[in-house]
Amino acid sequence: MTMLHTVNKSPFERNSFDSCLSHAKDGSSVLLIEDGIYAVIKGSDAADKIQGASGISVYALGPDLKARGIGEDQIIEGVTVVDYGGFVDLVTRHDNVQSWL
Amino acid sequence: MSEIKKFLYVNRKAPYGTVYALESLEVVLIGAAFDQDVSLAFLDDGVFQLAKGQKTTDIGMKNFSPTYSALGDYEVKKIYVEKESLEQRGLTPDDLLHLTYEDEDYAEKDSIQLVSRAELADIMDQQDVVMSF
Repeated sequence: MTMLHTVNKSPFERNSFDSCLSHAKDGSSVLLIEDGIYAVIKGSDAADKIQGASGISVYALGPDLKARGIGEDQIIEGVTVVDYGGFVDLVTRHDNVQSWL
Repeated sequence: MSEIKKFLYVNRKAPYGTVYALESLEVVLIGAAFDQDVSLAFLDDGVFQLAKGQKTTDIGMKNFSPTYSALGDYEVKKIYVEKESLEQRGLTPDDLLHLTYEDEDYAEKDSIQLVSRAELADIMDQQDVVMSF
């Protein structure tokens, strides 16, 4: 079973992101969308948690980064930026999707 | 002519995930017509509202961030940004919009003032009216 987790809430306002990371198993993927993308900003507490989570692939939705003014230079390494097509590909590549609201 | 009151608008939400940020900006612009002593505070996720370089075409929402630049023309000159909130989110003042107003001599002045959590607490304490978004 491979799971794609999506998080759409800011990691600074809700615990959706923390709860997702602590439940995501090795080999699963986490896709950050909407306000969830704020977790990838270099130097933030949330980004440190991503870098500490080995075994999980982390993705962020490009259009949501762009809308919020978060440039690729502000993002931690190891996060893959995807577009809407990439979102669909991730859904098809995993057995199931879990949304952390 | 009634007495001028001190109004503080407190912004604590990121811009596009909820409608709070846009609603706050609209209320501030409407309120600006009433000649009050207006201040804006940005703390917690509210600091993301002022991030520069927002481009919303791909998410199909209106980019309202250019509107913050108009605040100076509405005599809104005091925009407080909480330093601790920026730092926790990996942001620096350079990541924010450059907001200005013109003083009596038409000199351009910065509207954004970086304040500590303790300073912001004092600013909140000095208000007649506090509106939260």
